[in-house]
Amino acid sequence: MPRLTSEIQKLVDLIVQRRDPSNTYLLGILVALVGIFTLLLPGKFFRIANLESIAFQVPELGILSMAMMITLLSGGLNLAIVATANMAGIAAAAILTHFIPEGASGALPVLVMSVAMLAALSTALLVGLLNGWIIAYLGVSPILSTLGTMTLIEGMNLSLTKGYVISGFPEPILFIGNGLVLGIPTPMLVFAGCAFLVALLLRWTPFGVAVYMMGSSEKATLFSGIHVRKVQLKIYALSSFLCGVAALVMISRFNSAKAGYASSYLLVTILAAVLGGVDPFGGFGKVMGLVLALLILQVISSGLNLLGMSGHLPIAVWGGILIFILFLNQVRAWLGRARV
Amino acid sequence: MKGKTGSFLKGSEFYLLLVIAGLSAVLTFTTENFFSLENLFDVLVSYSFVGILAVGLLVVLISGGIDISFTATATVAQYVMATVITQHGGGWGTAFLLASAIGIALGILNAVLVHHLRVHSIIITIATLNVFYGVLIFVTRGKWIYNFPDWFASGFSLFDFSANDGAVYSLSLPILVLLVVLAMTGFLMNRTSVGRQIYAMGGNMDAARRMGFRLFRLHLFVYGYMGFLAGIAAVVQAQIVQTVAPNSIVGRELEVVAAVVLGGASLAGGMGTLFGTVLGVALIAVMQNGLILLGVSSYWHKVVIGLVILMSVSITAYNRKREERRHAEIDV
Repeated sequence: MPRLTSEIQKLVDLIVQRRDPSNTYLLGILVALVGIFTLLLPGKFFRIANLESIAFQVPELGILSMAMMITLLSGGLNLAIVATANMAGIAAAAILTHFIPEGASGALPVLVMSVAMLAALSTALLVGLLNGWIIAYLGVSPILSTLGTMTLIEGMNLSLTKGYVISGFPEPILFIGNGLVLGIPTPMLVFAGCAFLVALLLRWTPFGVAVYMMGSSEKATLFSGIHVRKVQLKIYALSSFLCGVAALVMISRFNSAKAGYASSYLLVTILAAVLGGVDPFGGFGKVMGLVLALLILQVISSGLNLLGMSGHLPIAVWGGILIFILFLNQVRAWLGRARV
Repeated sequence: MKGKTGSFLKGSEFYLLLVIAGLSAVLTFTTENFFSLENLFDVLVSYSFVGILAVGLLVVLISGGIDISFTATATVAQYVMATVITQHGGGWGTAFLLASAIGIALGILNAVLVHHLRVHSIIITIATLNVFYGVLIFVTRGKWIYNFPDWFASGFSLFDFSANDGAVYSLSLPILVLLVVLAMTGFLMNRTSVGRQIYAMGGNMDAARRMGFRLFRLHLFVYGYMGFLAGIAAVVQAQIVQTVAPNSIVGRELEVVAAVVLGGASLAGGMGTLFGTVLGVALIAVMQNGLILLGVSSYWHKVVIGLVILMSVSITAYNRKREERRHAEIDV
């Protein structure tokens, strides 16, 4: 029996690298899924049009998931991300639809569009500062604080718009969500830019190190001379700011803004982050893992969609895959213990 | 005895009671209908569903976990129950047994995953929420169910009595079920060994393990009980609205979390009382009812509830901080 487990362990070691295997798992699953869908859907799945549609769909969820991930890394949680994004989107939409006169051209529309984008980002930033202040300076736990702000902001979105859709934006704004640059969808470029910057921030700056440290132990971080409260304030400000970026992508893709957009994404962002190897208690997780997880999720939903199984089945499969990955991790732990 | 009253006066339950009493007093004077039997019964019926779920969630929170999947569990239980009684008939026994059996089964699945995968229950139950709900929608294609049998539409009631205004009031099914659930859970958590073990596990899991408590059994019980109550709540909700729509319950999980947390339960486990949870649900119920009676547009309800949650958690956190500062000690 011990021999058998050690043989299995060797095999496992061979297949996955011993050191931080989670990204290898994810890459393996991604390749396997692409392979399965290519076989099941010959000539349909592995096609430029489908790959392009995947590239258009990943960014919204992707940027929101990064907003969630940053707070998870620090041992927190931001339940207000979708509400924040909607509020930012509504702010931009209100400006875009009210301040551009019919048939105006030249500098005025450009000015209004810049103001609208700025308004979205600063609205989001403001919500983030409020969240950060409540969490860092009043000492409320992130889950409760953001539950409160989520309810508050959702309510404000609803009462400001009365539940209606605000739609009809000028052409250049739509480019953010629907355009192509050198054949690459603009939202994908926005997402890649965000991912690159966040990865850089987490890996190479004192702020990033502090985020990971706080996720492992807030007290130890404080005792090592880091201004924990300031870092916390920055984390929630950054998380919210990303929601503002997601809002711009979202409203321009839909050509509208509404209080209830993307509400089903809230729990899915946590799912994506954890699938990507982020420890829900903080301290561990990389942007690369999240990107792989997002690709897996999108490949599943596109593939099932092409197979004619749209709607909620992809979400069920996402949940199943997450449980499967957690199971694999547990098996690794058991095997590791058996060898010792 | 004196100590008990003293701690009650300091606790969050006392503040909640004060706030609810104050709100009720204001509403009694500013609106015509708030202080009436009719309104009281209406509120009780419409919040019975949230109340039952909140009680189940309280038990999970006390055990140190959390369950987000209960809305999906309730939806699955409701759908199966409704399909069976509309197509094959049956009675109240069938409805409750079937719904609670499905609830318990899904709860046990949660418990097995939470216990054996050693991942925080919030992650597991977010995943199972999506699995349960996704599979249900895929299988049923999101169809609604109406045309319940007559006995289901009319419900049942006890203690009919007529008030001065001539209207007849009675303890109808939702209220009765809520009362039974409250009594049962109160007995369970305070008077039985299982209940006290759940408190102990939530307070300190390692200590509970070393005491020799069977944690797996406790997990099974806690998540099974949540599923059981989700099943019961599902029948009650179906009876009130007389339709089963697969998307009517999922998405309300955080509303229930908010009510329980307002009632003083800690997300860290080991803390929380049934009375507090009742007060938490009551606060939200009175607030929402008051806003409706005052004619405030329903769009603003969420704003008010959000503000109340923020204020309540901020005050609690601030008080705790002050308390900590007073008993400052170096703990290395």
